[in-house]
Amino acid sequence: MKLDRKDLLDIESLSVEEIDLILTTAVPFKRLFTQSIKKVPTLRGKTVALLFYEPSTRTRVSFELAAKRLAADTLVLPVATSSTQKGESLIDTGKTLEAMKVDFIVIRHSESGAAELLARKLKTHIVNAGDGTHEHPTQGLLDLFTLRDKKKNIAGLHVVILGDIAHSRVARSNLWGLTKMGARVTLCGPPSLVPADLAHIYGKSVRVEYDLEKAIRDADAINVLRIQKERQMDGLIPSLSSYTERYGLDPDKLRSAKKDCLVLHPGPMNRGVEIDSEVADGESSVILEQVTNGIAVRMAVLYLLAGTKL
Amino acid sequence: MNLLISGGRVLDPASGRDGIFDVLAAEGRIRRVAKKIPPADGARVVSAKGFWVLPGLIDVHAHLREPGGEESETIESGSRAAAAGGVTTVLAMANTQPPIDNPQQVRFVLRRALEKAVVRVLPVGAVTKGLAGTELTDITSMAREGCAALSDDGHGLMDSRLMRRALEYTKNLGIPLIDHCEDSNLSLGGVMNEGRLSLKLGLRGIPTEAESVMVARNVYLAQLTGAHVHCAHISSGDSVDLIRRAKKKRIPVTAEACPHHFTLTEEAIERYDTSAKMNPPLRGRRDLAAIREGLADGTIDVIASDHAPHELHSKEREFSQAPFGVIGLETLWALTADELVRGKVLPPLEAVRKLTQNPARLFHLPGGKLSPGAPADIALYDPRAEWTAERFFSKSSNSPFIGRKFKGRIAATIVGGRMVYENGNFPAPEEAA
Repeated sequence: MKLDRKDLLDIESLSVEEIDLILTTAVPFKRLFTQSIKKVPTLRGKTVALLFYEPSTRTRVSFELAAKRLAADTLVLPVATSSTQKGESLIDTGKTLEAMKVDFIVIRHSESGAAELLARKLKTHIVNAGDGTHEHPTQGLLDLFTLRDKKKNIAGLHVVILGDIAHSRVARSNLWGLTKMGARVTLCGPPSLVPADLAHIYGKSVRVEYDLEKAIRDADAINVLRIQKERQMDGLIPSLSSYTERYGLDPDKLRSAKKDCLVLHPGPMNRGVEIDSEVADGESSVILEQVTNGIAVRMAVLYLLAGTKL
Repeated sequence: MNLLISGGRVLDPASGRDGIFDVLAAEGRIRRVAKKIPPADGARVVSAKGFWVLPGLIDVHAHLREPGGEESETIESGSRAAAAGGVTTVLAMANTQPPIDNPQQVRFVLRRALEKAVVRVLPVGAVTKGLAGTELTDITSMAREGCAALSDDGHGLMDSRLMRRALEYTKNLGIPLIDHCEDSNLSLGGVMNEGRLSLKLGLRGIPTEAESVMVARNVYLAQLTGAHVHCAHISSGDSVDLIRRAKKKRIPVTAEACPHHFTLTEEAIERYDTSAKMNPPLRGRRDLAAIREGLADGTIDVIASDHAPHELHSKEREFSQAPFGVIGLETLWALTADELVRGKVLPPLEAVRKLTQNPARLFHLPGGKLSPGAPADIALYDPRAEWTAERFFSKSSNSPFIGRKFKGRIAATIVGGRMVYENGNFPAPEEAA
């Protein structure tokens, strides 16, 4: 089976079969990492441009390594980050890269829908590496991969997503992915960051619970989201310390969850804010495995998209 | 020259006429409306058989972008778009660059209109200098120069004290103040309706409350001052409720709705389609139904286009960064006829009234009726013509209705007894004999 699409823009539009295909394809790529030669010649001669309108070292490096381990050439374009700086339009930049015969554009952008806009205008493969507060599909996929790796089956799991759901593309991609794969999801965080309407978008298997202890009572996994310091300035949370007190995941709170409950975090972590170091480095944590899995999943995505006709 | 429009279905809300009549125009005015008028010598006879004969439409809300935004629209191109839509009088909003915020600018628009426009264009003056919301303009002088209304449209007028002062002025001058009802703190950063779809798309929402709290404010200030406040482009059910209650108490508040708000919901944004981005934004189904109800029961007095042209490249970008606004002059009547008349929301005469008699009455304009002595401003509508919205006479084409198939189209438009638009053409004025 192959992935019959030009772009990976979101998880919303992926079928269960497509998600399954990506996750399955990532397995042998991950196995490759334990060997002394971690590279395969699959994408030799292809060029992957990394167009990053937002600084993000970890996602960029992960995509870059994924492309390199597939023997593709990579091109990193850190675009000026200041939104006041009036530069070339996104479409013009994309068309320029297309004219340079780039095969893939991996785009990270601060505006929701940016990847979609580029995909509509270009024939080049577009991979969304995070658009605004919309989606971050490869993060969602690597979280699914990690869950499947650890728990064998995603269907039937109870996963808690904890933190700033309203402004999180990671949460949205996880919500689509988890619900499609048959997991139950509980969204938890302060009401200003977890609008109750979120429970009505992704189907009946999603609920909102503002009490952390209740939310994680029978959780198989907790995905802890990074709290942006700006939220405090926007008046959405009174202070970081009050957030930590109620929603920061520490060993004490984690005790209400199942014994074998996994802790995930998309990184970078604010230790001592949304997650306590003891939890981040503890037995339940799979945070570093997520990082490893991220490369394998991104290799699978590039590999499968390349299999489609341009 | 005399013009005789014969055999059409005359729909004239002011007189209550709905039937087959002849209409005779002479010297720029309606001379007679009767069952059968014999053509006088030298009169041009236009057969309107099978057509509807409407008073020329009045659009009290359009942005013609001149001065300062001529790449997206001019008074000339905007007036052609109006004519093609059956609109014979356009109120041009003040948020140009520079804004229409002093008597010289009012004169400028009137002069340009006289030189270039094929329909009547009347300027709307700004309420505050530079539309900045802090200092009142010279309202009296602008009114004297001929602005038809006052508005800071494009921005809400947040300062309620200033709003009260402005209303005290406009009351004495007898011109309405049009408020773009928006609490800019509640709407800050928003780019679409706030709700499940905005959450799903990851776009910042504008709650309906950003509009309705200002509608409520306006109702109370209209009550306090006794001045007429006209609420522009109402988009929410709560706003309709507030205005309905205010009218029951005889508070001088009126309202308009735009075709996009009674035709589309936020679903039209679908995958970040910037041609469905405007302010106030498209709302949900319940709000759309409430707007239709408000139109049907008379709470909403006027239908207006909020014609807001933008160049293609400015709309072809990230959703949050694309400007608000859609064009609407050329689809104003077509959508009203399709959605409201064929959709059985309004009888034909009532639909016409909201685009003719009502705006004429509220804005103290001479047209909007086909009675003897009125300006000979007339629109001929062919209810059977089928067409697809593709190209526009506007300089811009930012419309969510591109590709929509319509039944019924404006066939000709007459301003002051002269045919200014006829089946896709703009006949040049005849040389004086």
